[in-house]
Amino acid sequence: MTNLETAENGTTRRRRRDRINVPTVTLAHGGGGKAMRDLIDDVFVSAFDNPSLAPLEDQARFYLADLAGHGDRLAFTTDSYVVSPLFFPGGDIGKLAVCGTINDLAVGGAVPLYLSCGAIIEEGVEVDTLRKIARSMADAANDAGVQIVTGDTKVVDRGACDKLFLNTTGVGVIRTGIDLAASNVESGDVFLVNGVLGDHGAAILNARGDMALSTPIESDCAALHDLIHSLLDACSSVRFVRDATRGGLATVLNEVAEASEVGIQIQEDKTPIRDEVKGFCEILGLDPLYLANEGKLVCAVAEEDADKALAAMNAHKHGRGSVAIGRAVAERPGRVVMETVFGGRRIVDMLVGEQLPRIC
Amino acid sequence: MKYVDEFRDPEKAKFLLREIDKIVAAIASERDRPISIMEVCGGHTHSIFKYGIETILPDAIELIHGPGCPVCVLPMGRVDDCVALAEMPNMIFTTFGDAMRVPGSRKSLMQARAEGADVRMVYSPLDALELARQNPEKEVVFFGLGFETTMPSTALTILQGEADGISNFSLFCNHITIIPTIKAILDSPDLQLDGFLGPGHVSMVIGTDPYRFISEHYKRPLVVAGFEPLDVLHSVWMVLKQIAEGRAEIENQYNRIVPDDGNNVALESVSKVFQLREFFEWRGLGSIDHSGVRVRDAYAAYDAEKKFSVPAIKIADPKSCQCGEVLKGVIKPWDCKVFGRACKPETPLGALMVSSEGACAAYYQYGDIEKIHETTDAA
Amino acid sequence: MCLGIPGQIVEITDKTRKLGLVDVSGVKREVNLACIVNEEHPVADCVGDWVLVHVGFAMSRIDEAEAAETLKILEQLGEVQDELAAMRASAEALGKAS
Repeated sequence: MTNLETAENGTTRRRRRDRINVPTVTLAHGGGGKAMRDLIDDVFVSAFDNPSLAPLEDQARFYLADLAGHGDRLAFTTDSYVVSPLFFPGGDIGKLAVCGTINDLAVGGAVPLYLSCGAIIEEGVEVDTLRKIARSMADAANDAGVQIVTGDTKVVDRGACDKLFLNTTGVGVIRTGIDLAASNVESGDVFLVNGVLGDHGAAILNARGDMALSTPIESDCAALHDLIHSLLDACSSVRFVRDATRGGLATVLNEVAEASEVGIQIQEDKTPIRDEVKGFCEILGLDPLYLANEGKLVCAVAEEDADKALAAMNAHKHGRGSVAIGRAVAERPGRVVMETVFGGRRIVDMLVGEQLPRIC
Repeated sequence: MKYVDEFRDPEKAKFLLREIDKIVAAIASERDRPISIMEVCGGHTHSIFKYGIETILPDAIELIHGPGCPVCVLPMGRVDDCVALAEMPNMIFTTFGDAMRVPGSRKSLMQARAEGADVRMVYSPLDALELARQNPEKEVVFFGLGFETTMPSTALTILQGEADGISNFSLFCNHITIIPTIKAILDSPDLQLDGFLGPGHVSMVIGTDPYRFISEHYKRPLVVAGFEPLDVLHSVWMVLKQIAEGRAEIENQYNRIVPDDGNNVALESVSKVFQLREFFEWRGLGSIDHSGVRVRDAYAAYDAEKKFSVPAIKIADPKSCQCGEVLKGVIKPWDCKVFGRACKPETPLGALMVSSEGACAAYYQYGDIEKIHETTDAA
Repeated sequence: MCLGIPGQIVEITDKTRKLGLVDVSGVKREVNLACIVNEEHPVADCVGDWVLVHVGFAMSRIDEAEAAETLKILEQLGEVQDELAAMRASAEALGKAS
């Protein structure tokens, strides 16, 4: 008896099994046998449902011609997600894993198309938790118009990972004529961001609960490809786009200053940070410039295009609050200098390690 | 943010800078060296760099970044003791985030945690007490460090623990006192200091009276200063005014927070729980008499040094380090032989490279002040 | 050393233990109020107080009048400077006129 059935559109797909009825994942679900197949079907396949995934071969297959319709170069990226806690205000590890990898494709000017999903699950995790996260991945992917087309699941001993680690690899196609790179910035270019900074980092630190603070801050986790394409459509002089994830704005600017051999001057009073994040940082002695973002990008455009670029960004739902924060200069190549609200100047360097809360 | 934003107003800074320029113009010509003002407190060092205050002050003023970073001046041997405590079985070792990266002779608390020790960062000693309450089968040690500002919080936490009958909580006490340290600095023969910015938050606990000897005996002005950039500029101006008028007094710029007689409840809790040590070892400065406190015998059950045995081995500062001279303002960070070479924030040798508030780390990270001056002037 | 930040007490959470909720720009945290209360100013009266918070303890009640006074001194500095500048300008103008 085969477990394949013919779908309405003629493709062959494997018949679904019923929901599994154990509450938690055990090592049996990683054994490669029936239990594993049932888990994958229940949790992932049912959520990600799409024609490329349906045959459940060992690889997803695409026609090159379909890809070529989007542009002339393939973009290919991978990222792993180990965030704790799995659920936090404004998102969860699933949404993060989809949006994060989409953004890594999109900042290169690519149209994101396909994602993989590798899941490393610690035994003892509730199946319902996994269902929720898979659902969240599927929703984020649907919203973004990308498909999760292949995947892998491993179950590991308790303590070998922290509940759930996800890896997503993404494939996209870069539009013809687009060449974005951190090394493209020229003196005089203007730097833009698409809204308030530091929300994700503050939300995660807060969600861990160690500091016993209560805040309404939510992660800004969002897929930015659509915003980026609006920007690229409106403005031909976009030099680079980066999402300001780990290490925050400060780290991206330092990377760009180094790659383009320009100095970067930003203004503290132009750098948008919401009051709650400011308060959060004041209490814990953190610098919001280094807090992670998951829905914020930094880009540079030619000075004469800055207004046009800002208008296009502000017209997009993920770009309301876009502002210019500074510019590239010839002086002090490789250095990022901030003019403080107080009129002084300070160097904004790379961090040595992670930022720790401090009392002194 | 109320009481914050209005003290970051660049318009008012302009008024102050004009006054500062005027005084400096009047007194600098009679002097053969810059006007040296030491900010004792690491919090001031932080503000000075965060707001680029040195870049807007006239060149004739030199800010000397003093010893007020408790993480920087913590000797290696004490860090080793922390690691030893953290690595004991059945232990939850709690600390402020500041101390995580401070290197001991073998490893930091960060490394100890990576190797399996249960080291947790907390925001407040009360959170450590709460961990003890939630984990009655474990021992919870809190790493108490900081000056008089932080002492009342640990003292009150011990008193709360006693009131609640919590017996698995104790304090590894490394609290230090500021007055003997300022005195030690003032007594050093190579000293060239014209005045002080006094530590605002220490003073809200101890008041302004304990600084009298600085004006009376050493004839130096001290202005207790707040931490917002206007506070710092305002206090610099007040110190300069005293110098110009030939006065040496204790003044209080930060009187919205600092009552002249300090905080009685806080002081009482401190003297109830702590007593002065004969001496305490400082990284970079050596041993200073009466510069630290220990837990009183009456509260021995809450003293981690009595409850557990720690190695307590004294580790000498690396010979190549010149932290002491930098702390006293005798040399600038970049004059030190190992600054930026063997001694960097990633691999600190000396006290002042350890924490981001250390003068050397601050210069290394935010620094190149002269170059910034050049750029500013050129622009 | 000694990071401290102004916040406003918005709620008393434990009268016996002298605990209250403090709000810093919309971020809330339970803090110990022991250092800012006495017979004249009991725990119950603390709601609405602006305090300086350090490691989970309210360490000082902020004196609004003193804060205003400090700012006033700086404002007056500016006014005096403006006046001087105006006097200088008018003196110059007079000088030219004569």
